[in-house]
Amino acid sequence: MTITQKFLGAAATLALTTAIAHAEPAVIFDLGGKFDKSFNEAAFEGAKRWATETGGTYKELEMQSEAQREQALRRLAETGANPIVMTGFAFGDVLNQVAPDYPDTKFSIIDGFVEQPNVRTILFAEHEGSYLVGMMAAMASKTGTVGFIGGMDIPLIRRFGCGYAQGVMAAKADAKVIANMTGTTPAAWNDPVKGGELAKSQKSQGADVIYAAAGGTGIGVLQAAADEGILSIGVDSNQNYMHPGKVLTSMLKRVDNAVYDAFTAGEALETGIINMNLASGGVGYAMDDNNKDLVTPEMQAAVDEASAKIASGELVVHDYMSDNTCPALSF
Amino acid sequence: MDFLTLLQILDSTLRLATPLLLACLAGMFSERAGIFDIGLEGKMLAAAFVSGAVAAVTVNVWLGLLAGIGASLLLAGIHGLASITFRGNQLISGVAINSLAAGLTVLIGQNWFGLGGRTPSLVGDGRFPPLTLPFSEALAPVPVIGPIYHDLISGHTFLVYGAMALVPASWWLLSRTRFGLRLRAVGENPAAVDTAGVSVVRMRFAAVAICGVLCGLAGAYLATGLSAGFVKDMTAGRGFIALAALIFAKWRPVQAMGACLLFGLLEAIANRYQNIDLGGVIIPVQFMQALPYILTVVILAGFVGKAVPPRAGGEPYVKER
Repeated sequence: MTITQKFLGAAATLALTTAIAHAEPAVIFDLGGKFDKSFNEAAFEGAKRWATETGGTYKELEMQSEAQREQALRRLAETGANPIVMTGFAFGDVLNQVAPDYPDTKFSIIDGFVEQPNVRTILFAEHEGSYLVGMMAAMASKTGTVGFIGGMDIPLIRRFGCGYAQGVMAAKADAKVIANMTGTTPAAWNDPVKGGELAKSQKSQGADVIYAAAGGTGIGVLQAAADEGILSIGVDSNQNYMHPGKVLTSMLKRVDNAVYDAFTAGEALETGIINMNLASGGVGYAMDDNNKDLVTPEMQAAVDEASAKIASGELVVHDYMSDNTCPALSF
Repeated sequence: MDFLTLLQILDSTLRLATPLLLACLAGMFSERAGIFDIGLEGKMLAAAFVSGAVAAVTVNVWLGLLAGIGASLLLAGIHGLASITFRGNQLISGVAINSLAAGLTVLIGQNWFGLGGRTPSLVGDGRFPPLTLPFSEALAPVPVIGPIYHDLISGHTFLVYGAMALVPASWWLLSRTRFGLRLRAVGENPAAVDTAGVSVVRMRFAAVAICGVLCGLAGAYLATGLSAGFVKDMTAGRGFIALAALIFAKWRPVQAMGACLLFGLLEAIANRYQNIDLGGVIIPVQFMQALPYILTVVILAGFVGKAVPPRAGGEPYVKER
């Protein structure tokens, strides 16, 4: 062995030990992309907040295709990143296979369900948040018809739609909900043209408030709704600012908090299942200067009341994913 | 289904068919001249991005349109260079253009705007406004004709009418002019054209350039007409649907319009009805969404008869010595 090789070997070992000593957290964004103005961007906001507050650095990866998931996870785990947070249900199967191979690394999956000793599963009660915005939609609607546009047709998105429809019915029992899904492939998260067409189609069927739970496709829905002079409801992040005065509210899913908490806990991340619901502030609705004129005191009062009831457990919103049926809406 | 619903579906059909039609005509010019082009998708995407970006910065949709056509022409030039001048494989060049456009648009978009490859939302003059045709308000109360004229024909953007007008224009250009005859001949038997003293290379480049301009229009329509700004991968496979429509139409312009309108109609129906209830039998939405693809296979397998591509298609022309 030559001197050079020895030095290289020593340097490599040193690099490896440093990496383990200062494990950086990592976040993986799903196919919608880091700047989807919605779900993934909320995760990015959480990571950014952690970085500014602690001065720490983190690794990040953006998925470009389905095939990269396993490779990305293993690569991050092997570079010593800990904990690794990933957004999106689609990581579930992959993580189930990868997690046992890296017992010392902590993983956290948002929206997916993985039972492994080193995995924290974070589930959001989207149906509860959607219920609240559904009530607001029904009360803001003049025609008595409201719309829902989902992204990819998966049980998670149906849970949004189902909660929303229940909220609509609770506020106005004879209201009609028109529901559309954009598609059945991940491309459905990024098709604003189709989102816009769906919104126009729903408007022509009488809908005057449309809730978009569709990632990047939702941008097209919000745009078309603003063009057509009807109201829309954003999702995941606060999207009220995108068309001030034309977005009724946004269903907030505090993905940012989930990522921030995981990063703060670091390697000591507690594993298990965490439910982020209305009671724990995991979901909610957005109020700011852009929509304050749209939300009447009556709406506010009704939503606050329902919110308190759901938090206390007095009112139970049916969860589509519990039995794959929805009492208020047929998909 | 009442009359008004029908009109709304047809209205949506027109909007959705327009980008397909423009891309389909683009592919037709290229393929009739013997240059296969599976890079329609990439050219549309690049044009959508550049037109969205320029329209967002200048707040002038016409500048955006020109810039979009420019971007598409540039990619068409690369395709021409690779497949005509350097006699490379046309399919590989097309795939390369698709990948290039998908990657570059997001990369440049992120660098310029920092919105993850999205362009800022277009406002005011940054978008094509709907045009209201003359007398549409006056005619609106007239039964049947009024609503058809007011709701269906009037109120689209400039590019929708442009695309429709391009169909007879393309037909005329291809089958009634000397240029068109030569263009078609270059795709069937380039040696004969060469013998007649016409430059095969120049004819093919002209065809590829026309293809670039039309793809540019299609992309610009997506970003500035149908939606307000560019979002990554916003073409969502429309370039490939256009190719299917082209084969379906057997590389002829009027039939291309029919095919594109059919695909647009299917998409509009799928958008409108989540589940279609046909007297007890419920057709799920997944089936409706898959229908354009299923239909392509079925139609190509049996109904259109044999779709024969231009004979010299896909082969680079090598001058005999």
